Amino acid sequence: MTETIAKVDNVTLRYGDKIVLEDCSLDVVKGAITCVIGLSGAGKSTILRLLNGLRKPERGHVYVKGVDICHMPERELINFRSAIGFAFQFAALLDSMTVVENVALPLREHTRMSEEEIERTAKATLDSVGLDGAYGLFPSELSGGMLKRAGFARAVVTNPDIVLYDEPTTGLDPIITNLLTDTIKHLRAKLNGTAVVISHDLHSIYMMADYLAMLYEGAIVEYGPLQDVQRSSNPIVQQFLQGSEVGPIPV
Amino acid sequence: MKALEDLGKSTTEFFEYAGGLTELGGETLGFIGKLRIRLTETVLQCYLLGVQSLLIVLLTSLFTGMVFSLESAQQAVQYGVGNLVGGAVAYTSVRELGPMLSAVVVAGRVGAAIAAELGSMVITEQIEALQSLGLAPARFLVVPRLLALIVMLPLLAIFADVVSIVGGMWIAQTYAHINYESFLSSVRQTIGFDDVTRGLFKSVIFGIIIALVGSYQGLRTRGGAAGVGVATTGAVVVSIILIFISNFVLSYILYGGSTG
Repeated sequence: MTETIAKVDNVTLRYGDKIVLEDCSLDVVKGAITCVIGLSGAGKSTILRLLNGLRKPERGHVYVKGVDICHMPERELINFRSAIGFAFQFAALLDSMTVVENVALPLREHTRMSEEEIERTAKATLDSVGLDGAYGLFPSELSGGMLKRAGFARAVVTNPDIVLYDEPTTGLDPIITNLLTDTIKHLRAKLNGTAVVISHDLHSIYMMADYLAMLYEGAIVEYGPLQDVQRSSNPIVQQFLQGSEVGPIPV
Repeated sequence: MKALEDLGKSTTEFFEYAGGLTELGGETLGFIGKLRIRLTETVLQCYLLGVQSLLIVLLTSLFTGMVFSLESAQQAVQYGVGNLVGGAVAYTSVRELGPMLSAVVVAGRVGAAIAAELGSMVITEQIEALQSLGLAPARFLVVPRLLALIVMLPLLAIFADVVSIVGGMWIAQTYAHINYESFLSSVRQTIGFDDVTRGLFKSVIFGIIIALVGSYQGLRTRGGAAGVGVATTGAVVVSIILIFISNFVLSYILYGGSTG
């Protein structure tokens, strides 16, 4: 029996005149890794931003832990977001702070932990993503893979119920990609939580996904356990998974 | 028809801008009212925005005071009112030049820097990252900058007042042979404590304008590096226009159109 922890329910959203999502629905299963795939510019990252309230839909609802966050006032939403980790595509670490200060920031702002405890927790979280030697470095001194891992550490340091990963392996070499994929799986298991991952990288998706959703033309066209989606007869899904130029998706 | 459409669009944009700026101001003042202040960051901003602007404020004020004295002293002596030059220089410096000049210089230097920094944070997703961490950008970024300018701009204005008067005194002595005692006596007779405090009150308002406009322009940045450039230019232009408008309004309110 699966339990849904978050739900995008018939959401329509546009940027200017461009419709990004139209009657889009997605269930996020508690305790699982749900991956969302789709073409570039399809609106995958928008789904993540809907799930933590950074974007509000024009129509429809977004439920997180049973609460409709679409009509939540910004002040409440700000507190609510601290229970949802967000690892950004380019990490988005604050460049005026060191790595350890970045990771400690949510603890400093949202907990009553002592300075000593905060530092210990932040460093332990950095250790868990393999960044034990990078505490005092600034974001500009990190490589792409290290930046992403520091972003992961900041996203999970408060033990959130859900962690959202935006393109965690894009633009990295295969070794670092595997390392990051393992890190996501390890963090999910350690937190006993839920992860939603947006990615193009089918290899890493096959390694980590429990559930897979495909977004096409503003809606989820296929969703289910990984193996079911891989076996889907939907020609759009098959063309995307095979990377074929022939099929219903225009090249 | 097109002209009407453009007028309507500009009017809407104006009210959207004014509304957004007011909303940011309200939110920021709300955090200050609840004492949700990052003290260390505020002290750092005092240094970055205030102390680092000191040299440029001193230089511009010194030369402006010198020019004012140069142009007025010789003529005043010719008309036999050389004893009023000190008062004229001090009166203008304390009421207008000190607060205005320091505000315009700081708007150019600091307003642009705030907009560029926050604009870069928008395009590198750092602002969204703050929000996703449950932190309000107004509290985290705007409050320290606003408080820093509220504290530092009046201090800069005091330095500007003093340097402008000293520069004027030196030029009056050198070119119009008005001795220091006569100059300073005129200063003491002309300006009072009220003039200084009203000038400093203006500086507080100008500081609020520079911090809020710079922050608002930065936070509404769109479209990559070019957008940061637009935000930066906008911050300087809008701040300076608002400083001039508010200076007139404040002068009218504080001095009531009187000359004394």
